[in-house]
Amino acid sequence: MSENSLAIRKFSDLANPTRFLALADRVLPWFAACTVLFFAAGVWLSFTTEGDYQQGETVRIMYVHVPAAWLSMMCYTVMAISALGTLVWRHPLADVSAKAAAPIGACFTFLALVTGSLWGKPMWGAWWVWDARLTSVFVLFLMYLGLIALNRAMDDPARSARVSAVLVLVGFVNIPIIKFSVEWWNTLHQPASVLRLDGPTIDPEFLWPLLTMAVAFTLLFFTLHIAAMRNEIWRRRVTSLRRQAVRNAGREAQAL
Amino acid sequence: MMSHAAYVFASYAVAAVTVVGLVFWVIGDGRARQRELKELEAAGIRRRSAEASGGAGR
Repeated sequence: MSENSLAIRKFSDLANPTRFLALADRVLPWFAACTVLFFAAGVWLSFTTEGDYQQGETVRIMYVHVPAAWLSMMCYTVMAISALGTLVWRHPLADVSAKAAAPIGACFTFLALVTGSLWGKPMWGAWWVWDARLTSVFVLFLMYLGLIALNRAMDDPARSARVSAVLVLVGFVNIPIIKFSVEWWNTLHQPASVLRLDGPTIDPEFLWPLLTMAVAFTLLFFTLHIAAMRNEIWRRRVTSLRRQAVRNAGREAQAL
Repeated sequence: MMSHAAYVFASYAVAAVTVVGLVFWVIGDGRARQRELKELEAAGIRRRSAEASGGAGR
């Protein structure tokens, strides 16, 4: 067998929910352990490095605010890729992935908004301003809530999968808007200082704790996402087994 | 006005509560679904594919 077709087979094996469950059982403890380690290191670095000469202690808010904001966008990107998986490749786990990611993304977005507000008050003198960056992230938060509500409102996952996949893809326009809002419009929010074409302009004293926390948040996201996907597969099995039980009961009643 | 340290503390507290809450919600959801699956199995309802070879999906 050629290497290429082996790789394709491996990927389609993953489409099998039972195999995914076995894989999840194996990798979750490792992911969880790495998440805890990186958070321990990240929090330690966040409080042992120096404060900023202008911002003082409040610079430490950055170490939770920025990773939470990054992850809020990455989570939506994962959902958009999953939506493509549902619509284009009809991958059986794609909808499970998109559904499981929505509440996690909503939590990260909530965290980015609240910590941003707590940073804005001492630095800008305002809890909230309706500028481009803040408003577009708020819209992202509302989209997450809308998608969660839609998924809850529809009983049949087969039917809701396509509808929510289309909505996720339409909503993806917001992600570049969030990313470039600080360059396209005149806003109170500062422009990017880490993910720039000309390299980070941030001092290494702040870059290290920030990157460690970013890795910790990313690991946390994947741990929770795999666990939530596993829960969603279990949930669907419970639903289909209950349906099967009702059918069986109906058949027995007819036989009598 | 709050001191700067209070804003930092509040941010980390909100982050900790949100993350811990999310983790417990995911664990609790998983446990509840496992319990339901066990109850169904105890009632003799099994997936047709689970009996044969260990499973060909849902």
